[in-house]
Amino acid sequence: MPAKYDAQIATQIINNFGAKPELLVQILHAFIERYSYISEEAVRQIAYELNISRADVHGVVSFYHDFRTTPPGNRVVKICQAESCQAMGSRELTAYAEKTLGVAMNQTRDDGEVTLEPVYCLGNCACSPAVMIDNKVYGRVDTGRFADLLEKHGGA
Amino acid sequence: MRSKRVVYVPNETSAVSLGANEVAEAIADKTDAVIVRNGSRGMCWLEPMVEVVVGAERIAYGPVTPEDVDGLIESDFLNGGKHDLLLGPTEEIPYLKNQDRWTFQRCGLINPLDLAAYLEHGGFSGLTHALESGPRGVLEQVKKSGLRGRGGAGFPTGIKWQTVADAKADQKYVTCNADEGDSGTFSDRMLMEGDPLTLIEGMIIAGFAVGASRGYVYLRSEYPLTRDIFEKALKVARAGGWLGDDIQGSGFDFDIDLHLGAGSYVCGEETAMLESLEGKAGVIRYKPPLPAVEGLFGKPTVVNNVITLASVPNIIAMSGDRYAEHGVDRSKGTLAFQLAGNVRRGGLVEKAFGVSLRNLIEDFGGGTASGRPIRAVQVGGPLGAYVPAAQLDILLDYEKFAEIGAMIGHGGIVVFDDTVDMAAQARFAMEFCAIESCGKCTPCRIGAVRGVEVIDRIIANENREANLDLLDELCDTMIDGSLCAMGGMTPFPVRSAVKYFPEDFMPPAGDNK
Ligand SMILES: Cc1cc2nc3c(=O)[nH]c(=O)nc-3n(C[C@H](O)[C@H](O)[C@H](O)COP(=O)(O)O)c2cc1C
Ligand code: SF4
Ligand code: FES
Repeated sequence: MPAKYDAQIATQIINNFGAKPELLVQILHAFIERYSYISEEAVRQIAYELNISRADVHGVVSFYHDFRTTPPGNRVVKICQAESCQAMGSRELTAYAEKTLGVAMNQTRDDGEVTLEPVYCLGNCACSPAVMIDNKVYGRVDTGRFADLLEKHGGA
Repeated sequence: MRSKRVVYVPNETSAVSLGANEVAEAIADKTDAVIVRNGSRGMCWLEPMVEVVVGAERIAYGPVTPEDVDGLIESDFLNGGKHDLLLGPTEEIPYLKNQDRWTFQRCGLINPLDLAAYLEHGGFSGLTHALESGPRGVLEQVKKSGLRGRGGAGFPTGIKWQTVADAKADQKYVTCNADEGDSGTFSDRMLMEGDPLTLIEGMIIAGFAVGASRGYVYLRSEYPLTRDIFEKALKVARAGGWLGDDIQGSGFDFDIDLHLGAGSYVCGEETAMLESLEGKAGVIRYKPPLPAVEGLFGKPTVVNNVITLASVPNIIAMSGDRYAEHGVDRSKGTLAFQLAGNVRRGGLVEKAFGVSLRNLIEDFGGGTASGRPIRAVQVGGPLGAYVPAAQLDILLDYEKFAEIGAMIGHGGIVVFDDTVDMAAQARFAMEFCAIESCGKCTPCRIGAVRGVEVIDRIIANENREANLDLLDELCDTMIDGSLCAMGGMTPFPVRSAVKYFPEDFMPPAGDNK
């Protein structure tokens, strides 16, 4: 479970990186690891402690796909959409996932249980199609295996 | 009492993605074997591949699932017993035996975090040699080797290093591009997971040659296991006195920081990578100045791909001349090709340049996984052209590929069978460019979005001819007006699809609007 935002701990994270503006991308990663998304509060605090503008922080947050600004679902399912996985049926797998999970690509389901996202290559291309669930990579994922993996990660 | 058997089970993304951790646990639970977590031998279709040391040989079994472990034990696999999954001595498997394993010589052979094993298998002999021969000697060997950048552009590494070495500055940097964004590529990952000390060694040699004391590795965030292993490898190297101040008493200081990317393809472009390493959005910089002159924080900077840097220790150890004896023309040495997509035996094949695409896909790869005919092959990632099946005899040589408007890039080979819809692939190329564009130039930012729309109209059979012409013009505009290869090369896969597979852009039969 992601932690609740805590300004003191946030300061600590920033200080772990020496509060250096050139480490902003790495600091944002550390925030994602702890809080799972970058809140408005976080942007404000990071800007203040790095002594840069909020617009600067926003600019970086919005540039990178990894830095989400809304809380993800309890489970994050990423399906590789790049060419090697396409060659092995990722389009069909994606359609199946959208249907069984009841959520469209790039969306979080209304009950907050699951987020479905595209990813462009997990480096598992010799075992396509590849999927990442809660930061774990899986290979040769056909629809049957996808259903099993969901089960393993706590059900659909 | 007989000594305990040693069993190797890879701790590597593909193997783990197919259950290697569970296999290792099951073997540990049910036998008294000593389990070593190695890297991968690159035969991904056999993963998880388990190896048992029997006498002087390693005997392989695969692909092994946790459910197979009981049966393996019954078959006495710890003594190389017969079983359906028995593959025989690992080194005799043709896929491996027929390679030129130089850069990947240790990958899969050892526990990547075991410094003693690394040294025992020739590790750090390149660096030791380099420290003895001095920066100039290193530069000379790298130039003689003919090594060209393995990240995509194929620029001569020796010349790049010389430029940084010649630059006068209080601080210089060596940066390693481990963003590996191309679909169908995983050699950087496999090396960093299976033999990370080789990359560290290559970076130290680069630093020594150009006079840099700091290195950065920029690793894509999609590789969590790689990150974990590489972070540990940095600690192992530091603890052994091979990284940090006064390396092995040589007086040379060099240390490396690991930075993560954040899901942006364009950050693999070198100047965008430098922006990202400086904590900013990954917007491409104008060149000149070249990074070799003004790179990270404005200082002279080497930017090299993982495989480029990891090739260096071996080059120094074996000499540049000997390295250059292999390969063809201006494509010297080996490349770690990666077979992916719809291929029966996907994996990594390190081979001297000059091998044919057919040899790789059919002899090593065994044709398609589906058993259907090959229709198209995309080489060199999302900016690489689609090569039609009729051209599979082309040799892998940078210049030969350039002649047909294709590129080798980072060596990724993605196979498609005859069910592929090439209009959908062309559309995806434009869509990917639209998603990943850094936004700096209009032809790329807007052009790619238009490209998707135009292809949609062609697919819907609206003003087909006019829209095909428009697509062609759009491609010209992107090629001429883009600052980097994102916008400048996206037209390559698109045009190759239209050129070689025009039937996929035709209206469906019976539809004669
Ligand atoms: C859009 C784009 C993405 C790129 N992605 C990578 C990458 O992921 N890894 C890489 O090594 N080079 C990548 N490159 C090439 C780099 O710009 C650069 O040429 C390379 O890192 C230089 O190292 P090398 O000479 O050792 O190949 C990319 C280039 C472009 C235009
Ligand atoms: S071509 Fe695209 S990615 Fe490259 S600089 Fe221009 S807008 Fe950025
Ligand atoms: S293309 Fe899907 S893992 Fe590489």
